[in-house]
Amino acid sequence: MKTSLLASDARTKKRNAAEARFKAYGLSAIVVAMLALAILLTSVLTNGLSSFQQTYITLPIELSEERVDKRGNRDPAEMARTTTIGYAPLLRDAIVAEVARQGLTTDLSDKDIAAMISKEAAATVRNRVLASPNLVGETLTFDLLASGRIDGFFKGRVTLETAALDGNTSPEAVMLAQALADAGVIETKFNWSFFTAPDASDQRPEAAGLGVAILGSLYMMLVVLFLALPIGVASSIYLEEFAPKNRITDIIEVNISNLAAVPSIVYGILGLAIFINFMEFNQSSPLVGGLVLTLMTLPTIIISTRAALKSVPPSIRDAALGVGASKMQSVFHHVLPLAAPGILTGTIIGLAQALGETAPLLLIGMVAFVREYPAAFTPEAGLFGEASTALPVQVYNWTQRSDPAFVERASGAIITLLVFLLIMNAVAIYLRRRFERRW
Amino acid sequence: MQMLTTPLLLIFALALAGYFLAKSRALQVAGGDIRTLVSLPNQHALSTALATAVPPTAAVLLFALYARLSQAEPNWFFALIIIGLGVTGFALSLIGIKTDSRARIYAERWILGLLIFASSIAIMTTIGIVFSMLFESLNFFGQYDWRDFFFSTTWSPNFRGNSDLGILPLLWGTLYVSFIALLFAVPIGLFAAIYLSEYASPRMRSVAKPAIEVLAGIPTIVYGLFALITVGPLLRDYFAEPMGFGQSASSVMTAGLVMGIMLIPFVSSLSDDIINAVPQAMRDGSLGLGATPSETIRQVVIPAALPGIVGAVLLAASRAIGETMIVVLGAGAAARLSLNPFEAMTTVTVKIVSQLTGDTDFASPETLVAFALGLTLFVITLGLNVFALYIVRKYREQYE
Repeated sequence: MKTSLLASDARTKKRNAAEARFKAYGLSAIVVAMLALAILLTSVLTNGLSSFQQTYITLPIELSEERVDKRGNRDPAEMARTTTIGYAPLLRDAIVAEVARQGLTTDLSDKDIAAMISKEAAATVRNRVLASPNLVGETLTFDLLASGRIDGFFKGRVTLETAALDGNTSPEAVMLAQALADAGVIETKFNWSFFTAPDASDQRPEAAGLGVAILGSLYMMLVVLFLALPIGVASSIYLEEFAPKNRITDIIEVNISNLAAVPSIVYGILGLAIFINFMEFNQSSPLVGGLVLTLMTLPTIIISTRAALKSVPPSIRDAALGVGASKMQSVFHHVLPLAAPGILTGTIIGLAQALGETAPLLLIGMVAFVREYPAAFTPEAGLFGEASTALPVQVYNWTQRSDPAFVERASGAIITLLVFLLIMNAVAIYLRRRFERRW
Repeated sequence: MQMLTTPLLLIFALALAGYFLAKSRALQVAGGDIRTLVSLPNQHALSTALATAVPPTAAVLLFALYARLSQAEPNWFFALIIIGLGVTGFALSLIGIKTDSRARIYAERWILGLLIFASSIAIMTTIGIVFSMLFESLNFFGQYDWRDFFFSTTWSPNFRGNSDLGILPLLWGTLYVSFIALLFAVPIGLFAAIYLSEYASPRMRSVAKPAIEVLAGIPTIVYGLFALITVGPLLRDYFAEPMGFGQSASSVMTAGLVMGIMLIPFVSSLSDDIINAVPQAMRDGSLGLGATPSETIRQVVIPAALPGIVGAVLLAASRAIGETMIVVLGAGAAARLSLNPFEAMTTVTVKIVSQLTGDTDFASPETLVAFALGLTLFVITLGLNVFALYIVRKYREQYE
C-alpha cells in the first residue's frame, strides 16, 4: 500500500476533524456565554433606559384663594386641611383651559382630560403652596407629571391599539396628548426625580422613584463598611499572623470557608430569628439589613484579606522583628500598610456583593412600602433604626406590581444598581493596578 | 438600653482622657528623659486606654445579652458595674506606670484579645445560624409530624390551620431547576474553561475571561428580572405554547436556563484553575506520543482534573440549590410534582420567602415550617460543600 506524507489518510483526516470540532465546541461555549451577557444587558437596557425620561405637562395654575385658603389667613396649619382632593379642580381647570387656549377640540369630558395629569401632581402643587403660603392668589407655571399611560405613549409602551383596550386611558386622550406635545405643552425631560423621589403606590408608577431605596442602601453599606472591615481585618490578622496551628484554628478556618458558601437566604433567616425576634431591633431597618449583610460579607473580606497578608514577603516581618519590633508592631506598622491595597480591593468587592443582595433583606421586612426618607439617627429608633427599603429589594417590589409601567421602573432601578456596581468594581480594579506591588 | 449606652459613652470619654493622662504621666515618671522608660509613652497610653475601654465594652455586650434572655430592662446596677470596671482599669493602669513597667506587652495582650474575639465571630455566626433554625424547627416539629414533613407529597399551606406541609414537591422543584441549570452551565462552563486554558491566545484570554467573570458579578435580582421579563415570555411564546407544553411564563425551564447563565462563570473559573493545575509534563508527554491537542485534553488532562471538576460541579450545585431570587421571579409558586419542564414549579427557597414575608405569626406551623425548610437547605448545601472541598483538597495533594 502506498502512503504519502503529503496526503493525509482517512484516519488522520478523521482525527483532525475531531480536533477542529472540539476546538469549535470550546469557541462556541465562549460565544454562548458572551451572547448571554450581551442579551442580558441589552434586555435590561432596552426595558429600562426610558425610565430616565419622564413626561411632564407644563401648565399655568391659578392658586385661587377660595380653593386653597378658605379662611384667607395664610396660616399653613389651616391650609393643610385642604387635601390633595381639594387641589384636583385647580389642575382640571388649568388643563381644560390650556387645551382651549391651544385651539384643540376633543370629545373627552373634562374629567378625562384631567386624567392625563398624574394623581401625584395635586400633591406637588399642594406642597409648593404649603411651603410658601404667600403664593396664594397668583398664577404659577408648574411642570406636572403626566399620567403613566400618557408617559407610556411617548415612550412607545402605549399605542393607539392598546389605549383602546385600556380602562385607564383612551385613543382620544392619547391623540390629545400628541397634539399638546406638538404645541409644546407636553414635554419629555430627564427624570431627576427617579433618583430622589420615594416609592409611589400601584396607581401612579410615573411618580415612583428610588430616593428611599438609595438612602437605605447607603446606610446599609455604611454599617457593613464600619463593621465588616475592622472585624474582617482583625480576624484575618489573627488567623494569618498569630494563630497557633491547632484544632481550634482549623475549625475556624473550615468554618469560614463553609460560611462563604452558605446560601444568602439562610442569613436572612438568621437575621429574622436573632436580630428581630430575639434582639428586638426594628423590622425593615437598615441596621438589621446592615448586620445581616455584614455577616454575609465577612467571609469574602476575610478570605481576600488573608490573601493580601500572605502576599507580603516574610523578609518584611523579619526585618521589623530584627530591629526590635514586637510581633504586633511588625504587623501593624509594616505588614498591614503593605497589604492595605489588597484589603481595600477585597472590601470593595465584598461591598458590591452586599449591595446587590436581595434574598436576606426580603425576610427581615425590607419589602415594606416606605415613603418616608429614613433618618440616620432618631432618639426613638436609634442609629439607622427607621424603616427603609433597599435598591435590589425595590426592584423586586416593582416586579410584583400589576401596572406594566413598573417593569420599566424596575429595569431602570437595575441600571442604576449596575452603574453603582460598575463604579465600585472600577475603583477596586484601579486600586489594584495603582498600588499593587509584586515582590 | 439607655442604662447601657450612656455609661459606655462615659467610659469611652474616660479612655480617651486616660490615653493622654498616661502619656504625660509616663513622661513625668521618666523625668523628661524617655530613655529611662522600658516602654514608650505611647505604649503606656495605649495600654491605659484599652484597659479602660475593653472590659466595660465586653460587660455591655454580656449585659445586653442577659437582658434579652431574662426579658429584664437593664437597671442602674449594670451601669454601676460598667463604670466601676472602667474606673478600676483606668486607675490601676495609671498607678502602675513606672519606668520599668512593660506597657507594650500589656497593650498587645489587649489587642490580641480583640483579634481573637473578631475571629470568633465567624464561629458565633455559624452557631447563630444553626441555633436560630434549630429551635424554631424543633418548635415546628412539636406541632407538625416530622414524617408528614419529610414524606408527604402535598404542599398546601392554609393559614386557618390544617395545612399539608410536605417538603417533597419543593425538593423536587429545587432539584429539577438545579439539574436544568447544571445541564446548561456545566458543558458551557467546562468547554469555555478548556478553550481558555488550552487553545486561546493570551490576548483572547485577557478579553474573554473578564467578560465571562462579569456574569459572576451581576446580582441575582438582575437575573431574576431577566427571567421574568425576557426569558419567560420568550420560552412560552416560542417553545411551550407551539409545542403544547403549557402557557406558563414562569417555569422550571425559565429559572433553570437563567440560573445556568449565572453558574457559567462559577463553573468555568473553578475548572480553569483545576485544569491549569494539571502539570504541563503530562500534556507534553501525550503530545509527544502524537496525540492531537483534543485527544490530550480528553484522555489526559480531563481524567487528571476529574476529581476537581466534580468538586466544582458540586459547588455549583450547592449554589443552584440555595439560589433564591431567580426562582422567586422565574420558577413560579405552585408546588407540584411534574416532569414537564415548561410547567411552573416551586422550590424550597421560594417557599421560605413566601412563608416569612408579610404578616407572620411565629406560633403557627405555616410560618415555622420556613425554619425547617431553611435547616434542610442549610444541611444539604453544607453537605455538598464539605464533600466538594474534600474532593478538591484530596486531588490537590496529588500534584503538589
